Amino acid sequence: MTDTTETPRAGHGPQDRTGPPGGSPRLTGLRALEVDGRLLGMIGAFVVICLAFHFASDGRFITPRNLFNLTIQTASVAIMATGMVFIIVMRHIDLSVGSVLATCSAVMAMTQTAWLPALGLELGNPLLAPLAIVTGILAGAAIGALHGWLVGYLAIPAFIVTLGGLLVWRNVAWYLTNGQTIGPLDPTFMQLGGIRGTLGETWSWIVGLIAVALAVWTLWSARRDKVEHDFPVKPLWAEGVVAAIVAVLILGFVAVMNAYEIPERVLAREFRARGLEMPEGLSMGYGVPYSVLLVVLVAIGMTVIARRTRFGRYIYATGGNPDAAELSGIDIRMLTVKVFALLGALCAISAVVASARLANHSNDIGTLDELRVIAAAVIGGTALKGGVGTIYGALLGALIMQSLQSGMAMVGVDAPLQNIVVGAVLVLAVLIDIWYRRSLGVK
Amino acid sequence: MIDRSGTPLVELRDMQKSFGGIHAVNHVSIDLYPGEVVGVLGHNGAGKSVLMKMLSGALPRDGGEIYVNGEKATINSPRDARRYNIETIYQTLALADNLDAAANLFLGRELTTPFGLVDDAQMEAETRKIMGRLNPNFRRYSTPVAGLSGGQRQSVAIARAVYFNAKILIMDEPTAALGVEETRMVSELIDELKNQGIGILLIDHDIHQVKELCDRASVMKNGQLVGTVEVDKVTEDDLLGMIILGKNPAVAA
Repeated sequence: MTDTTETPRAGHGPQDRTGPPGGSPRLTGLRALEVDGRLLGMIGAFVVICLAFHFASDGRFITPRNLFNLTIQTASVAIMATGMVFIIVMRHIDLSVGSVLATCSAVMAMTQTAWLPALGLELGNPLLAPLAIVTGILAGAAIGALHGWLVGYLAIPAFIVTLGGLLVWRNVAWYLTNGQTIGPLDPTFMQLGGIRGTLGETWSWIVGLIAVALAVWTLWSARRDKVEHDFPVKPLWAEGVVAAIVAVLILGFVAVMNAYEIPERVLAREFRARGLEMPEGLSMGYGVPYSVLLVVLVAIGMTVIARRTRFGRYIYATGGNPDAAELSGIDIRMLTVKVFALLGALCAISAVVASARLANHSNDIGTLDELRVIAAAVIGGTALKGGVGTIYGALLGALIMQSLQSGMAMVGVDAPLQNIVVGAVLVLAVLIDIWYRRSLGVK
Repeated sequence: MIDRSGTPLVELRDMQKSFGGIHAVNHVSIDLYPGEVVGVLGHNGAGKSVLMKMLSGALPRDGGEIYVNGEKATINSPRDARRYNIETIYQTLALADNLDAAANLFLGRELTTPFGLVDDAQMEAETRKIMGRLNPNFRRYSTPVAGLSGGQRQSVAIARAVYFNAKILIMDEPTAALGVEETRMVSELIDELKNQGIGILLIDHDIHQVKELCDRASVMKNGQLVGTVEVDKVTEDDLLGMIILGKNPAVAA
């Protein structure tokens, strides 16, 4: 696997994998696992943050309830951050994502509460949610494509185009709704927001097991590819350890989501609504929220795009050396349009999650999201000079930002101080990243 | 001796290019035969890079015609040039620093699996094969090319041209950034490609190197062609006279 999506990794320096084909160099310990040093660092930071808040809050942070809330709060920013990675890798920036989210949210809210009902589809009709979502995604992709066209074909800097977009789309959303809060939204639509729609315990386990199977298959087929071409491979035990860690993480996550139990009064209400008597002593867990499942699917899709498609390869090549990409026959202008359109579509998906979580569309939805999204990508190791960045890094970056924010709120830090800390952490994260790269000897 | 009785591999006729009223290339014609190395010489700004970029499709031309194997060729983009097996090795090393050797070698022409996904394992295997032939010391297949030496990077660029069956190779100062040993390696490579019947257009500043590597030299000054000579029939001073004074020696080819 030629790994083109990241800087050289610790334990993966030039001295590795240099043996003659067929003979794998003898590696021991962590190095044999070929684990990304930056990934370990970020996971370490996340764990430290969790533990610190756990003790500071008398054991309220690492609980199923809080972790559940943390994941659904992260979802919206995480989805956009995966798209922002591509934008920044191509040496652009998008300051308009929060406003584009607002416009998409407004379009979807109006579609399901006003435009489609006017055509005879009442609120609650099963077609309403899919139609609204498709409309929103088309709107988002069109807005993104417009930005991409202005940047790629008319050569206006992305900073300016999207700074303009920040103002334009925030207020287009205002005109679409006359500045009103639109709600309540369609019940099916609202299931994508978090706590209103979860897989339940059984389906969470099934999805978890499918995920484990997929992960193991991915590892195995990558190994088979290498063996087929006589490339050096990791020792088998190392593959086993990696697979085991991945399986424990996935199933552990499912277990935590399942451990958050639906309050008894909510359960009782559900049973009453169906005209049933609630059995004595019954308890049920929420399981994995649909919104989190959506994040996982988006992340997998974006990772495949980044690593295994020509489209993704060209994004990284253009970020690394635009001239080389152009001389290789890559149409950079069209590529720019596509990448911005992709981020626009992701903003629409984020808008679904965000507005469904709030149960309505409000004027200020997505405000300041551009900063959170850019911060998530950058904390996740995306280099602003282009060419370098990973999807999983952006997800972890989003999670770290959100856990800082919710942790401080939980501990009772003043709101102004929260923002001061988050801002300082962003700068510090980039500084650490610069040191890390320097220690690897990368320019 | 080069046989120049047949059809030239490539012929540039009456090429023109202006930038805002300045004639960067002013009615220039040159040709190249199979197995021949033609040096394109001149000061900075003489127009040699612009002339080559029109052939490689990187710059649109204002006028003139390109013939490949005697037939008129339509070259308006780098992709067009590649269709005629014209490959270019740029002075600035057209490699994406953040990608590894295989990704660079196949950039724009990736091998794919039946599902349309890029087949990295296959590309790495092909890269190992061709690098084993061109530069047996090359080992670093899995790291971004940013970490490679100038010579290693140059060998990736040359491997790209060779892998895709270049018939016409444009080299823009291929040894400008290289050390003595690496320069020798590139010289040997040029000789080998020449023996395979590939025609090479070599842009260079180093008169000594031109005398050693080239069969003919076309000298440009201020956008115009001073003349084309067989390098064995002229002295280094003759060539310098052409470059600096724009003066044709008595024995022009």
